[in-house]
Amino acid sequence: MTTTTAPHHADAPTAEHVHDAHDAHEQSFFTKYLWSTDHKVIGFQYMITGLLMAIIGGYMAYGFRMQLAWPGEWIPGVGFLSSGRYNAFITTHGTVMIFWFAMPVLIAAFGNWLIPLMTGCDDMAFPRINRLSYQVFLISAVVLIGSFFVDGGAFGGAWTAYPPLSSKATMNLTPLGSTLWVVAVALEFVAFLLGGINFITTAMNARAPGMSMMNIPIVVWMIVVASILFMVSVGPLVAGAAMLVFDQQLGTHFFDPGQGGDPILWQHLFWFFGHPEVYVVLLPAMGICAEIITCNARKKFFGYKTLIYTVFATGIISFFVWAHHQFVAGIDPRMANVFTITTLIISIPIAEMLFLFIATLAGGQIRLNVPMLWALSFVAEFLLGGVTGIFLGASGSDIYFHDTYFVIAHFHYTFVPIAVIACFAGFTHWIPKMTGRMMNETIGKLHFWFTIIGFNLVFLPLFITGAWGDHRRIYNYDHFPDLTNAAMQDLRIASTVGLLIMIAAQGFFVWNLLWTWLKGPPAGDNPWQATTLEWATTSPPGHGNFHPMPTVYRGPYEYSVPGAAADFTPQHLPPA
Amino acid sequence: MTAISAPMMPLEVKGGAEPPARRQLVSSATLGMLIFIAVELMFFAGLISAFTIVKSTAPPGAWPPPGQPRLPLELTGITTLVLLCSGALAWLSWRAFSRRAATARVTRPLVAALVLGASFVVVQGVEWLRLVGEGLTMRASTYGSFFYMIVGAHALHALAGLAALAWCWRRHAAGRLAPSSFAAVLALWTFVVALWPALYAVVYL
Ligand code: HEM
Ligand SMILES: [Cu+2]
Repeated sequence: MTTTTAPHHADAPTAEHVHDAHDAHEQSFFTKYLWSTDHKVIGFQYMITGLLMAIIGGYMAYGFRMQLAWPGEWIPGVGFLSSGRYNAFITTHGTVMIFWFAMPVLIAAFGNWLIPLMTGCDDMAFPRINRLSYQVFLISAVVLIGSFFVDGGAFGGAWTAYPPLSSKATMNLTPLGSTLWVVAVALEFVAFLLGGINFITTAMNARAPGMSMMNIPIVVWMIVVASILFMVSVGPLVAGAAMLVFDQQLGTHFFDPGQGGDPILWQHLFWFFGHPEVYVVLLPAMGICAEIITCNARKKFFGYKTLIYTVFATGIISFFVWAHHQFVAGIDPRMANVFTITTLIISIPIAEMLFLFIATLAGGQIRLNVPMLWALSFVAEFLLGGVTGIFLGASGSDIYFHDTYFVIAHFHYTFVPIAVIACFAGFTHWIPKMTGRMMNETIGKLHFWFTIIGFNLVFLPLFITGAWGDHRRIYNYDHFPDLTNAAMQDLRIASTVGLLIMIAAQGFFVWNLLWTWLKGPPAGDNPWQATTLEWATTSPPGHGNFHPMPTVYRGPYEYSVPGAAADFTPQHLPPA
Repeated sequence: MTAISAPMMPLEVKGGAEPPARRQLVSSATLGMLIFIAVELMFFAGLISAFTIVKSTAPPGAWPPPGQPRLPLELTGITTLVLLCSGALAWLSWRAFSRRAATARVTRPLVAALVLGASFVVVQGVEWLRLVGEGLTMRASTYGSFFYMIVGAHALHALAGLAALAWCWRRHAAGRLAPSSFAAVLALWTFVVALWPALYAVVYL
């Protein structure tokens, strides 16, 4: 009989053989938590490192917002903020939040946790490459933090690192810090290349039997597309980064107009990466919210295929909008027109995705639990960020708005929903799976409301000061009489107070984590009555994830199917 | 039926039927390598477009800069052919390998590909030394900077590809070369070989 011995391909693990990790019995702390190839451990490593980096980034924001509200005063915990340190704080804040918080948590942590679990396999396709990815990432973080302690201090030329400020030590006054910054970012890219190769390969090659392309949960698709976007866009920036380091350290003149170079070149290389990068972080966040919204609306996701095709389209268009960041850099006005049009075009698929979310909600049996609150607020707040992007995308109005706090408010109304709101949505939804314990709903709601109120108080005033012409790169407004009227300063103070509220609100989250750890009730396998595969295994999943491995029989969102026994039909349940 | 105890066995196996398999697009090693190559392709695309922009915006007569040595067109043309031959030989070796031909029929073209590839890199290196001696350095002009940047980046990839080919040779000699690994290395080497004529056309011509 042919089936007595399974064919070779069926019993081989989906991951390449890694012997050290598959004998799980006698493992020291080191091999289990620091040298593990288990995707769940690596997911935790990324998550914890990312959150620690977010604390650093938040501390920087605290420092410079205090300076902006009360210029020149002594700041508790920071001291007097000199202009050089102010610049380093702003730069590091932006860099850390995007590259060391949003990306590691949204893509690497959730990607590591969710891709193998939601596609029903035992680990990543390349577990050792996965481990290497985290190690390189950790080194990159150390290099970045280390740059604060070298001669001249950390780089202060903004996260966009425009030359000549970034390329000439005589201008940025951070001869070593600026190079360490580039090196840290480059290392971080290497980590994400290794991670991204894993995510794409695993999702394409290791899915459970029966899971066709159109049965893959949305968040997995989103992380895969985000990884592809990252991979395709990062090459030119790496080329630019190499050129920048050569300019800094070897005395070449790639970006020096006086010597035959071209500074605008960097802007093109940077933004060719930089705009797709915003979708790199947006898509996983949208995926997380899509999962939570369908689950808690108890309805099939509205237009699954439409969403997937829209995401592909968005990904492609995102490579043709980058010069909307350069409308005032002296680019040809005809080119500016082209990029205005492409920017307006890309807002259509984004709006469409939000409409799909709303259509999913319509008529659902909505459960307003904590993850759902976060996911709903993601839709609401991101809308504001997306809509203001249209003002900036029109070159005519952008000439006025460029480099004002309006831009700051715009992109924080996109990034905060992405990196903060969607992350908390994901944490509160999946922490029961990751730890096996439920979180506290009341503390969760307090955390939610204080964070949301704080966040809006930070950035709504900045739309107004920005519209009044408040320039975003000023250290001390006392030197700019036009910008120091009382109304503007009041708004700045309001914004800083908002930040203090937002920071304090995170105490609720820490409290909730502790509560969950000490007193959290057991979660069971499937606390949310959800349909996707990660809920088919134990919480937390054991080594190898599934025993036995699941087979998939249907799409990922079979909620409230008429005639079904329960209001949800898991993917792995054999048809009756 | 009872003998099925493999950990990856699916939950439900209908009596007598083949257990459902996990479908792969291509082998994971090859897919990973193809993604990596896509990144590298974009990296070189970035370099080439930067080069083209700077070249096309240079004032008339300033590119290549007067007084700087010219790049060796003919010699590099010949080494280009050498590299292309190396690529073809690697494919021959792969063909013999995938048809399970005798070891020698796999090894001989593979070693020849290695030798030709290595001679390409060596000739490039010798030319670099000559150019540097004649005053074309990275610092002397953006012309020089781009030349060393682009050609140097390719040379690093060529070295990595050669190391990978040598690894395949060793594994094959030991009888332990997996087809998926060879396919991945072949993809890398094909990329290195196929990219070069494009770089030659942009940078040298
Ligand atoms: C996906 C969510 C989005 C994110 C994460 C995001 C992020 C950003 C960031 C970080 C910047 C400022 C970069 C800097 O100068 O430091 C920015 C500026 C800009 N964004 Fe967005 N954005 C998003 C959506 C949009 C949309 C939907 C549009 C247009 C329809 C748009 C149009 C613009 C424009 C035109 C600028 C340049 C403004 C200027 O510097 O003058 N963005 N965005
Ligand atoms: Cu953009």
